Amino acid sequence: MLSCHQATRLASEAQERPLTFKEKVSLKIHTMMCAGCRNFETSMNTLRKAMQGFASGNYDSPDNKDNDQQ
Amino acid sequence: MTGSTSQAEGKQLDGASQLNDADYLETLRQQMLKFANLQISDTHLAEDAVQEALIGALKKADSFGGRSAFKTWVFAILKNKIADVLRKRQRLAEVSELMGSDEDDEALSSLFDKRGHWNPEDKPNRWGDPEDSFKQQQFWVVFETCLNNLPGNQAKVFMMREYIGLNTDEICKEVDLSVSNLHVMLHRARLKLQKCLEIKWYDGGKHA
Repeated sequence: MLSCHQATRLASEAQERPLTFKEKVSLKIHTMMCAGCRNFETSMNTLRKAMQGFASGNYDSPDNKDNDQQ
Repeated sequence: MTGSTSQAEGKQLDGASQLNDADYLETLRQQMLKFANLQISDTHLAEDAVQEALIGALKKADSFGGRSAFKTWVFAILKNKIADVLRKRQRLAEVSELMGSDEDDEALSSLFDKRGHWNPEDKPNRWGDPEDSFKQQQFWVVFETCLNNLPGNQAKVFMMREYIGLNTDEICKEVDLSVSNLHVMLHRARLKLQKCLEIKWYDGGKHA
């Protein structure tokens, strides 16, 4: 059984590489029972999406607001 | 009041005026330098990259309607310049320097108990609708604050991975880290970001 520390590590590594079958199963079993790690795993996807939005500058920055007032 | 407002707006109306506003340009240059220094860790190369990006963007300044478009454009160019520098250069860094300090480890292990399970108060909660957060300007202010709070080396590899978009091999080569050390650092960075966003946005400051 994985600890939460190990489970979050796998959830993070899943953003870098495909997990092995064994890793996937261990993580799945852990997150089925652990809401904290399940939430952490979901937030990894949110974090990546947020970074993509941030990197493309595709968000409503204070500068945009200035422009809207023109 | 009306007069001063229209004057201020007038300054932003055409892209060419970016060139004439020294204060604005200097602020922008400082932001770019801070970002480039974090990624490249070589003041000289960072300044070159920033200068090239600024020149490139100012050449086309006329085609931008406002400052936000200009800023997005200039940072997009800077990102590419930095990626070029990083890909070309083989910089050797001490692994110990990059792995961060021991205090850093302690701060992180405080999230978990001795058996590696979440401390009750640190257990991640379910976040609200993320797509909805992205539409709120205040979210991005919080997000940037959390990014800025990451320790330098974690910020560096995290931004290489998620902002510049380099893959694991490219980052490991650039900063002379093993794949496993890189994964440890990215894991730490994500734990910190998760915690920071949860405290500052999803749990607390949401209605700020």
